[in-house]
Amino acid sequence: MSQLELPSYLDQSEEVKDRFDRMKDRPVTLQVKNLQKEFDSPQGKVTALKDINFKTYKREFVCVIGPSGCGKSTLIRILAGLETPTSGEVLLDGKAVSAPGPDRGMVFQGYTLFPWLTVKKNVMFGLEMSGHGKTSSEEQALQWIDLVGLSKFANAYPHQLSGGMKQRVAIARALANQPRILLMDEPFGALDAQTRAKMQSYLHEIWKNIDVTILFITHDLDEAVYLADRVLVLKAHPGEVQEVIEVPVPQPRSPDQLLSPEFLATKRRLEELIHPKEEEAGINEDQLNMVRMVDVNNEVESVF
Amino acid sequence: MFSQLFAVRKKLDSKQRILVSILSFLVPLVVWSLISYVPFLWHPKVEITTPGDVSYFSEGMLIDREIFDTEVEVMITESKAIPDGLPANPIYLPAPHEVATALYTAFTTEPKRRNEKWLHESLWDSIQVIFWGFVISSIIAVPLGILAGTYDVFSRLFEPFIEFFRYLPAPAFGALAVAILGIHDAPKIAIIFIGTFFQQVLVVSNTTRKLDPSLLEAAMTLGARRLSLLFRVVIPGIITHLFKDLRILLGWAWTYLIVAELIGTSSGITWFITQQARYKNFENVYAAIIIIGIIGLTTDMILAQMGKKIFPWEKGAAKA
Repeated sequence: MSQLELPSYLDQSEEVKDRFDRMKDRPVTLQVKNLQKEFDSPQGKVTALKDINFKTYKREFVCVIGPSGCGKSTLIRILAGLETPTSGEVLLDGKAVSAPGPDRGMVFQGYTLFPWLTVKKNVMFGLEMSGHGKTSSEEQALQWIDLVGLSKFANAYPHQLSGGMKQRVAIARALANQPRILLMDEPFGALDAQTRAKMQSYLHEIWKNIDVTILFITHDLDEAVYLADRVLVLKAHPGEVQEVIEVPVPQPRSPDQLLSPEFLATKRRLEELIHPKEEEAGINEDQLNMVRMVDVNNEVESVF
Repeated sequence: MFSQLFAVRKKLDSKQRILVSILSFLVPLVVWSLISYVPFLWHPKVEITTPGDVSYFSEGMLIDREIFDTEVEVMITESKAIPDGLPANPIYLPAPHEVATALYTAFTTEPKRRNEKWLHESLWDSIQVIFWGFVISSIIAVPLGILAGTYDVFSRLFEPFIEFFRYLPAPAFGALAVAILGIHDAPKIAIIFIGTFFQQVLVVSNTTRKLDPSLLEAAMTLGARRLSLLFRVVIPGIITHLFKDLRILLGWAWTYLIVAELIGTSSGITWFITQQARYKNFENVYAAIIIIGIIGLTTDMILAQMGKKIFPWEKGAAKA
């Protein structure tokens, strides 16, 4: 890829630039201020997240990407209220949040559907928790199930569904509460490549048609560039914001853009940030210590 | 075929499974039949058919083989009438067909005394003792276990004491139970309760703790709080495992039955067994033991079937 002559990822077409300018005029949905998270470990205090600051605008799609150990899952769990930060605050529409609540929907990698409830009842769960009556929750739930294309499976139990279908139910369940922001923690990480591509398109369709801001965690560079308006790149030890990239690929997205120059330029930049050249980093520990273990008389002497 | 039968953690096909299951009952039955019906296997006794001139022999008497052999030699040297007999097993090992007949006749034989109970009445007494012991235990233990498994404060509050108490053998409380509760069914129910309750709290709290915490997290992000977490997530989340636990613990309760029924006035199936052993009707003893097994297995199978009906998501949920 490095041989390819690519534009800078910072170059934006007029159209894209205009869109970002308009986006920045929108109200801020989520603001994270000086967020810090420390853990006590046997080796002493570990700083998982250090001085994280960023904001997302209304109906923006933000991806968070970073190497393993950068604390991206910790970050999203703090945003969801499942963990408390050591210091700093999280503001949703200007109000500080601390505990989990239906204003922040969450989709987990492990589906987390309630196995004892049918698809319909799973989606109704949040609605009933927020005090909707049975008939009104059922009516709304069916609409959301229809939106993710699973009407035929409304009365099926989760174990009867495939991974992709389960994750669609989980999305419908989170959206049914009409959250201000949808937090997604590597939601497609357990799916195979084809299902994952399909799910990415579905998710974009849903996002376009619904009033929701999405914060999406992934470790897949293509997924980040394909889905996001902006990509928040974290670095590890301690987890800090390294760069916020405005993706120059025009919206609406389609799989044809996966090979466009803007796409590849952005991906190359992410690659540089997340997998820096090893000489620079001075780390050699993931080099294999290989010795030739093929017999000299082997039928296939060399694989080349 | 052979390698398929012994594949590690692979399920046999349904035909093989049924065959092997039948085998699991057939093997002990065949061993028992061989010992009972093949004269040269074991048979340490001789059943006298003709007493000959041995003064203390009588027809139908069981005599140790060695004594019989010496008596035969004595009769030969004294040239008197030689006794005859067939190899036999001790009276405490009746043959399968005798026990099989007893399975029926035990129910139809009238009690020896007017105030004694028929077998079915004895069984009914036993079932009631088990039922009440187990139900009372469950009514208290299941909520406590769920609380201990959900809230650390209850876990610390209940579990250390229960851990201590569960090592105390239930029958040790027999005398105490009689002193407090009298000699009839109450102390027996109490022993079953003591034997079941403490294990039950710990088993249930453990099961509750095994609930996938991400389900609770998901529920919280959907707006569930405190009591709704407990009633809408924890309890439905563990109910199928809870049901399995209760099935296992019911078996546990049965094992305390015999001890429990010896406390105070002997009653129920235990009374029947001891009484029949006293009359040396060992086939009835075996029949009674087998009936306990049948009742236990049948209840468990009925409960398992019920479980499939009540929890329609159970099937395949383990895989998901």
